[in-house]
Amino acid sequence: MSDLLLKIRGLKIEGRSDETWNPIINGIDVDLKKGEVLGMIGESGAGKSTVGLAAMGYTRDGVRISEGSVEFDGVDLVKASASVKRSLLGKRIAYVAQSAAASFNPAHKLIDQHTEGPVQHGVSSRAESEIDGIELYRRLRLPSPEEIGFRYPHQVSGGQLQRAMTAMAMACRPDLIIFDEPTTALDVTTQIEVLASIRDIVEQFDTAAIYITHDLAVVAQMADRIKVLLKGDEVEEADTRTMLTAPTEDYTKSLWAVRSFERPAKPAINVNATPVVSVRNVTAAYGTVDVLHDVSFDIHAGRTVAVVGESGSGKSTAARCITGLLPPRIGHIEFDGQQLPLSYKQRDKSQLRQAQMIYQMADTALNPRKSIGETIGRPVEFYMGLKGREKRKRVEELLAEIELEPTEYFNRLPSELSGGQKQRIGIARALAAEPQFIICDEVTSALDQLVAEGILRLLAKLQDELGLSYMFITHDLATVRSIADEVVVMKDGDVVEQGPKKEMFKPPHHAYTDLLLSSVPEMDPDWLTNLLQERGVDNIGDAAVDKM
Amino acid sequence: MAGLLGIILQRLLLGIATLFAVSIIIFVAVNALPGDFAQSILGQGATPEAVEAIRNQLGLNESPPTRYFKWLLGAVQGDLGIPMSQALFQSFTGSSTGGDVVTVFDQIIPRLKNTMFLAGVSAAISVPLAVTLGILTALFRNTAFDKAMNVSTLSAISSPEFFLAYILILFLAVLNPVFPSLSNIFPGMEFGDRLNKTMLPALTLTLAVTAQMMRMTRAAIINLLASPYIEMARLKGLSPMRVIVKHALPNALAPIITVVALNLAYLVTGVVVVEVVFVYPGIGQLFVDSVKIRDIPVVQACCLIFAAVYILLNLTADVLSIISNPRLRHPK
Repeated sequence: MSDLLLKIRGLKIEGRSDETWNPIINGIDVDLKKGEVLGMIGESGAGKSTVGLAAMGYTRDGVRISEGSVEFDGVDLVKASASVKRSLLGKRIAYVAQSAAASFNPAHKLIDQHTEGPVQHGVSSRAESEIDGIELYRRLRLPSPEEIGFRYPHQVSGGQLQRAMTAMAMACRPDLIIFDEPTTALDVTTQIEVLASIRDIVEQFDTAAIYITHDLAVVAQMADRIKVLLKGDEVEEADTRTMLTAPTEDYTKSLWAVRSFERPAKPAINVNATPVVSVRNVTAAYGTVDVLHDVSFDIHAGRTVAVVGESGSGKSTAARCITGLLPPRIGHIEFDGQQLPLSYKQRDKSQLRQAQMIYQMADTALNPRKSIGETIGRPVEFYMGLKGREKRKRVEELLAEIELEPTEYFNRLPSELSGGQKQRIGIARALAAEPQFIICDEVTSALDQLVAEGILRLLAKLQDELGLSYMFITHDLATVRSIADEVVVMKDGDVVEQGPKKEMFKPPHHAYTDLLLSSVPEMDPDWLTNLLQERGVDNIGDAAVDKM
Repeated sequence: MAGLLGIILQRLLLGIATLFAVSIIIFVAVNALPGDFAQSILGQGATPEAVEAIRNQLGLNESPPTRYFKWLLGAVQGDLGIPMSQALFQSFTGSSTGGDVVTVFDQIIPRLKNTMFLAGVSAAISVPLAVTLGILTALFRNTAFDKAMNVSTLSAISSPEFFLAYILILFLAVLNPVFPSLSNIFPGMEFGDRLNKTMLPALTLTLAVTAQMMRMTRAAIINLLASPYIEMARLKGLSPMRVIVKHALPNALAPIITVVALNLAYLVTGVVVVEVVFVYPGIGQLFVDSVKIRDIPVVQACCLIFAAVYILLNLTADVLSIISNPRLRHPK
């Protein structure tokens, strides 16, 4: 085939740890034709990004290509010299990174970074490239395209940066672009905008692309073909529609099935019962700026209230008010009908004990120098006053509760655990205080879908056994669908809508809730196309949010 | 920009407060020195009456707080007093009516100018050298070049300055007479001539300060090489040199500026040994001579100048660090 642009054969990649080289990728083949988009999916650790970078002939520090070939338009990038690779990178093969905010150099304006590639590769002059950059910004529907390039990265929002980075990748009109999870860090409404822009521009310039993501619904919108990876091996590859409707491998089927977990609905709340936690007319401010405006909601015993909204909507601030970390400016928090002191400093130990937290990043929420036994043992001793053998026994009970073998895990350090296991330790630490109420702050958003489902099932089981109440902060509506009883939708520090879950997912709802719901990608490959037709290209993402 | 001005003003006020605190420490420390001026100038055979007379004349018998406030009051008005040596000279010869009164200022200013010149020459050599070497060692990290540079600059900083000075004299003045070994500079000298005579002490100081600045530049750059935007720059096919100079260096400026400022301050305040070795008429020499004869006003003035240099340079470093950060320069 003459129109084959990228041909990877028997690619094996190794990573170094403790002075030995261990396999990361165990022999992968990729074929990509001109103008074709290949979706590459898998969980974290599957090696998607490593393969994506290897397609550019690039490996990160401590990683090496041990075998195989990466032929780009007849040049083997594995054997090519550094200067040959440099002449291709940026010019004929470009890269769009996961976090545009981290991947733009904070010291230079966007347009300076945009024009750098074309000028250094001798493709065009600085002035030509600048004009072209503005044209690309316009095509990617960035607001005020003439002016936005002359800002620094920190002055531009995340979704806009991601599109500016796509424009930068397009600067030399490359034949191939590697998109490495370009929308993972974005809100759903912003994600649509970026997806639509990327898809358009790739079609307009007939650019080939490898689109890496862990989100099946996203890849369904973007790719012609999908390749599924698992722990460095290829599971299967097929064109998008076949893959979605008739996956052959069990692993692929299990990925598809994750979205089906849903708890049975609970009976309606007894309206006369005293809620466990009641947020009453809370207005809170950072400095002089109010970030929450007159927020009220109740959380009843044994129920899960999902607080939904995009970044900056005030979800986490509400949690900070409940825990007393940020005393509200107006309003108060009631616990079992009793008003709590506003600041955590004035709360006594039993009041503190009743409300515990589980954090988004289990990695940073655990002290890396303390063993699991010490981490869980501390609240056991602090709140429950247990010492010595009793304390150990209680910690072991808690470990059993979160389904980790007590004797095996007691002395381990956080670095010896997987992401899902760390999150389980976070749950055990919260349980150690024997609270009635737990705030779960985006606890599954850093986890893979299968692992996240395990955590959700565990939380559901604990709720049934212990009668816990959860405040579940999330931006992921699939999670809401699977675990929530009641839903509170927030936007810009206001509660826009609240009520039982089944009413929330049924029309009619508030326009913003509607926007949020309809922005969640669906597995249907025509979803994005249909949605764009329905809403019109100028009424998606930030533009749609702004109209409210 | 209004925010920046506010910060500068705030730091400036803090600097003045620091200087005030330092002035107390200086005064207490200088007064804690054993012996006094009267005793040391009159020698062993002085009669107690003569010593007492001089002490009275110089105001040394007043209580320490009184003397401190007199000194402070003078200092804020720009009057650092009269060197004791000068005062004594005039009263004994009885010529005070005719000649000009030599103040501490008159004595210090020409010396300070000389020291500033030496510091300026040293900085002009060492800062570009250190930053360039830092960039190169970061670029060629873990190569023989990197290791050789690290070993040699570390050896230089680990050797006593007088030793470095004598080595330089040996090689550049005695074996190959390139530069003079004595830096007898004087007012009204040609710039070229002055530069020539300043070269050896400047090179000695360069050896003493380069290592720290170079290693900080190297470390600050290497620290950033794992950032996503550096990976992005590499994936744009840029040359390694461009990646480091254009993408890493601008983000590494803040720590580099801080270290450069500290070393520049050292060039002004830490030059005593070098000035003595090369008989360079700078403020360090004056300082040592004044301590020897317990000439308190001069010692105090020198200390105050050293403190002010430190504070000013650190203030400058803070401001430059802020300017180097686009987040602070261009708020949202």
